[in-house]
Amino acid sequence: MASPVPIVDYLVLDGDPHLEANECTGCGARFFDRRNACANPACGGTEFRRVPIATTGEVRAFTIVSHAAPGIPVPFVAAVVDCDGTSVRANVINVAPDPEHVALGMKVRLATYPLGTDGAGTEAVGFGFEPISN
Amino acid sequence: MPSSDGVWILGIHMTKFGKHPDKDIVDLGAEAVLGALDDAGVRMRDMGVMAAGNLIGGGGLGIGQQIQKQVGQTGIPVYNVANACATGATALRTAVMAVKAGECDLGLAVGVEKLAGAGLLAGKDRKADADTWTPSGRYGAVAAVDGRIGTETMPGVFAQIGMEYGHKYGGTSFELFARIAEKNHAHSTLNPLAAYQKRFTVDEIMNDVMIAYPNTRSMCSANCDGAAAAVVVSGEKLKSLSLEQQRRAVKISASVLTTDPWEEACQILPTVNTLTRNAAQTAYEAAGIGPEDLDLVELHDCFATAELVHYDNLMLCKEGGAVDFFESGATWRDGATPVNVSGGLESKGHPIAATGIANIWEVCHHLRGEAGERQIDNAKVGLAHVIGLGSACGVHILEKAAV
Repeated sequence: MASPVPIVDYLVLDGDPHLEANECTGCGARFFDRRNACANPACGGTEFRRVPIATTGEVRAFTIVSHAAPGIPVPFVAAVVDCDGTSVRANVINVAPDPEHVALGMKVRLATYPLGTDGAGTEAVGFGFEPISN
Repeated sequence: MPSSDGVWILGIHMTKFGKHPDKDIVDLGAEAVLGALDDAGVRMRDMGVMAAGNLIGGGGLGIGQQIQKQVGQTGIPVYNVANACATGATALRTAVMAVKAGECDLGLAVGVEKLAGAGLLAGKDRKADADTWTPSGRYGAVAAVDGRIGTETMPGVFAQIGMEYGHKYGGTSFELFARIAEKNHAHSTLNPLAAYQKRFTVDEIMNDVMIAYPNTRSMCSANCDGAAAAVVVSGEKLKSLSLEQQRRAVKISASVLTTDPWEEACQILPTVNTLTRNAAQTAYEAAGIGPEDLDLVELHDCFATAELVHYDNLMLCKEGGAVDFFESGATWRDGATPVNVSGGLESKGHPIAATGIANIWEVCHHLRGEAGERQIDNAKVGLAHVIGLGSACGVHILEKAAV
C-alpha cells in the first residue's frame, strides 16, 4: 500500500502531522501557495524556506456555512486560526457546528482525518482544527 | 496637468433594480446610457471616451462596443473593465482619468449585470474526487478544498470579516448584525428603484434562512438585474454649458481606487479593511473634507457583517468604535451620518458591475435635491464606497454645485 497523500502539499504527514509554510528568507513573510516572489513590497525576495507552523492556535474568525455550492456537505465551520502569529485557513472539526459550541478565541489544535481512497488504494488525508478540551 | 476645475458628473441614471426577464445586458446597459445622456443634456456623439463593465457576462466580448452598436458607434476608445464588485467604480474612474488627463472633455461610464436568480456567486459545484489523487494547482491539492479548507462563498468570507472585527474589538453579536440589515431594509421602503422594498423585523431577519452564520438570507446582498451609467465632464467644458446643466452638475471632489497592500493573513482571509482605509484617507485629503462633513454615505454592504467594518474603515467612527457608532443611531436616515439610505445592497440589490455607479447615482440624487421622499435635507457632501474581493476598493467623494 502506498503512503497516504495530503490534501494539499503544505500538510506534512511524516511524523507528527503539521502544516508547513514557504517563508521568505528576506523578511519572514509566510505563504502557503507556490511562490514566484515575496508579496511584501518592502522585500521583493525570491528565496523561500519551508518552516513548520505551530499545531495549536486560537480561532480569530469563523462562520458556520449552511449554504454552499452543490456537493459540499453543510453545515461546516470555516475559520481563520492564529497559530502563534501565522494565520491559517481551515475548518473547525470534531465540534457541533453551532454558535453554542464554536466561539471566537477558542483554543484549537491541528487534527487530520481520512478523505477516502483512490482507485489504487491510496488514502488521502485532510486536516482541520479541533477544540482543545480543558 | 489636472484641470484646476476638476471633473464633474453631468448626468447619471440607474435602471430599476430587480428582475428584467425581457431585457438582456445590452438592453439594460443601453437604457442606462441613454438615460445618463438625457440627464446630462448631451448626445453620444459628444462623448470622447467610454468605459464599460460587466462581470458575469452573458453577452459575449466587449460589452462597451455592444452598447455602442445600439446607441451610437462614434469610433471613440472603449475600455472594458473588470474589478470584481468594484467594476462600476473602476469604469467611472477610467472615464474620470481620461478627462483629467485632458484627452477629452466628456466621458461615459456604464456598468450592467443580469444576476436575478443567480444564487451563490463563488465556489464551484463539488464533483466526485478523481480516481487517482493527483496534486494540482498552487497548493498541490489532490481534492476540492472549498468546504474542506474553509469556505469560498462570499457570505462565508464576509461573515468571517465581521466576526474578526468582533474578536478584535468586542461588542458584536448575531442580533447586532441583524439590526444593521433591519436598518437597510427599512430605508429601502422609500426607494422605488430598489429590488426589494420590504421592511423586516429583527426577529424575521434572525429567523430567515441561515446562509453563513451570522448572515441569514436577508442579511445578504440581493442578486438582481440592473444597470447604471454616468456622463462626466471637465470643469472647463462645464462652464460653456447651460446654467441648468451647471446647477445640476455634481463635483467629483475625489476619485480613488486602491488594492490590498501586503499584510500578514491577507492571503488567508481576503482583507477589505486596509485598502478601504487607504482609499478613504486619500479621498478625504484630495477633497479637503473630513468624515464629519459627510451628509450621507453609500457603502458596500454586500453583507450585514461587512457594513459594520466599513464604518471604521471609512473613519466614520473612531478606530474600534463601529459597534457604538451603530448603536448611537448615527447611520439611520435621521442620524448624524446616514448610511445606505438607498436600502443598500441588501435590499436595493447588487447587480455587480452596476453597483459602483448606482451608489454614486444615489448620492447625486440627494445632492441635487431630487431624491423625493427619501431626500436627506440640505445634503451637500456625500461619499460612495465599493469593494471587490481580490481586492479592489473605490471611494468617490461628491459635492453639490455652488451655482
